[in-house]
Amino acid sequence: MPTTLFDKVWDSHVVKKINEGPDVFFIDRHFIHEVTSPVAFLGLEKRNIDVMFPERTFATADHNTPTINQHLPVQDPLSANQLKALETNAAKYGISHWGLGNPKNGIVHVVGPENGITLPGMTIVCGDSHTSTHGAFGAIAFGIGTSEVEMVLSSQCIMQPKPKKMRITVNGKLGKGVTPKDVALYMISQLSAAGATGYFVEYAGDVFENMSMEGRMTVCNMSIEMGARGGIVAPDEVTFSYLKGRERAPKGAEWDKALAYWKTLKTDAGAHFDLEYTMDGAKIEPMITYGTNPGMGMGITGHIPLAEQAGDSKASYEKSLQYMGFQKADGMLGKKVDYVFIGSCTNGRIEDFRAFASIVKGRKKAKDVTVWMVPGSHIVEQQIREEGILDILTEAGFQLRQPGCSACLAMNDDKIPKGKYAVSTSNRNFEGRQGPGSRTMLASPLVAAAAAVTGVITDPRELIPDDVA
Amino acid sequence: MAYDKFTVLKSTAVPMPIENVDTDQIIPARFLKATERKGFGDNLFRDWRYNPDGSPIQDFVLNNPIYKGKILVGGKNFGSGSSREHAAWAIYDYGFRCVVSSFFADIFKNNSLNIGILPVQVSAPFLEKIFTAIEADPHTEFEINLPEETITILATGEKESFAINHYKKENLLNGYDDIDYLQAMKDEIQSFATQTMY
Repeated sequence: MPTTLFDKVWDSHVVKKINEGPDVFFIDRHFIHEVTSPVAFLGLEKRNIDVMFPERTFATADHNTPTINQHLPVQDPLSANQLKALETNAAKYGISHWGLGNPKNGIVHVVGPENGITLPGMTIVCGDSHTSTHGAFGAIAFGIGTSEVEMVLSSQCIMQPKPKKMRITVNGKLGKGVTPKDVALYMISQLSAAGATGYFVEYAGDVFENMSMEGRMTVCNMSIEMGARGGIVAPDEVTFSYLKGRERAPKGAEWDKALAYWKTLKTDAGAHFDLEYTMDGAKIEPMITYGTNPGMGMGITGHIPLAEQAGDSKASYEKSLQYMGFQKADGMLGKKVDYVFIGSCTNGRIEDFRAFASIVKGRKKAKDVTVWMVPGSHIVEQQIREEGILDILTEAGFQLRQPGCSACLAMNDDKIPKGKYAVSTSNRNFEGRQGPGSRTMLASPLVAAAAAVTGVITDPRELIPDDVA
Repeated sequence: MAYDKFTVLKSTAVPMPIENVDTDQIIPARFLKATERKGFGDNLFRDWRYNPDGSPIQDFVLNNPIYKGKILVGGKNFGSGSSREHAAWAIYDYGFRCVVSSFFADIFKNNSLNIGILPVQVSAPFLEKIFTAIEADPHTEFEINLPEETITILATGEKESFAINHYKKENLLNGYDDIDYLQAMKDEIQSFATQTMY
């Protein structure tokens, strides 16, 4: 029987099927960070049980770390305490730990792939909903809660009902200035913030086939924002060439063996999906959100839709617009921007900084805009320096910060002040997400750059030179 | 962490007829810095419940003494966003044992079941009936019957069934958790691990 890529990977990881219950599901790789792991380790202590396979878990500090002066002791005692707990727990159980100051440190969903820890056909979990990022490699990857972190530490398994399957096919040539982030925001705006709840999504079609690994990671990252547990893209030559030579990727004969397996990881013709969507890539514009969930997105030249077109109840819709200080039928172009944030597990990779710099080059930062540029990892930071991007950014009046989750969730000091408008390349525009009272508009690195140099919401296509596709 | 068994719950309910209540609202990220599971109930719905100076926001439902009970009733897509189990902890620690909605986000639902909160998914019309019943009389009681998988508006006798998988139901009825189950399977897991690709 023809089967899907998702079925192939899922079914090969079921240790046991429980009648009328979840599957006992084996996890190949487990990432942990400082915020959602401490209570899981306490649980192990209380039960007096050990970590079953410490070599399958990787720890990095990211959610709560400062993005300036990382060489100094962390000022906030609670944050320092969490970072210390991660370090202590990792050392106690023999788990590899890339803490603050380590040259490999960075956001968990950036460092996993860039070091070759994430591989096709794996099952990957982390106590973070954006674990869906790793699906870009043809892995089944999703976020879990702290109780499940404790399960994985103690037994390398979780109890998981198998999700339903959805496929979204996007074909066609993307227009000028349309990036993977726009494709993601477009799909979410079509399906709504809950449109894929209960499903795991395979992304298919030439738009994804022609995308870089960084782009596929951006798309899979945002799967959770339409409610899906995760997204997956079939591995191909783009995947294999990205992985070849990465530090933890297989080498020599191991590589050949792995490659032969990876090439089997695709959906068979005629395989069944519970739900299918097809979209036209040529119709996608640079996107921006206007509301307080990621489903409230629109083409940048459009107008804020009326409640009836937006899908949610009138009361929820109006609450959302009131929070943002916007009126229905408003256009977004020309709206004042106070902050710009480029970074996060969604758009904190080298390709994102290249895109940002392509617009900034030869221009200056707009007055009255505060711009936070936060690389996803030290490796990304190093690439930014080596490729000369830092020079372009510095010349334009920008400063690069140090890696971490930063203003995406504003757990550290990087908080957008109350009432201020931020164009953010991150993943969530919830009320207060980037700081109490903050107003977030999600967009691509190109839209962020256009706002950073003009001080208002600007169509990036107007700033891209004609000779660039 | 062990939790109290859940069988039949009879209680008034707190209404929150808002859609897409995300976990950043349930507990904002800046309150996730603890290394123990303590005190999260105090910060439940922090920014909807308190002004920046710490004074209560009077028209928020948790600050209205008329509404109390062990059941929280929310609009569709409740618990979307971050995987933080702290959201479920905050709801449990505040004193709720059941959340009712017409639609739950997946991770929130899993987290709730894992810590002893019963997520009850009802139809959209039944959810409206619940909100209407509370609006008519904030002291109206509901019965959540886990063995029978039903929710009843006691004042009117209107009843609806809800679905829960058999394994999770047994766990809640008995106060078991998954870690006990997985610990008992370790030999099987060990031998499975030797045959995996990675």
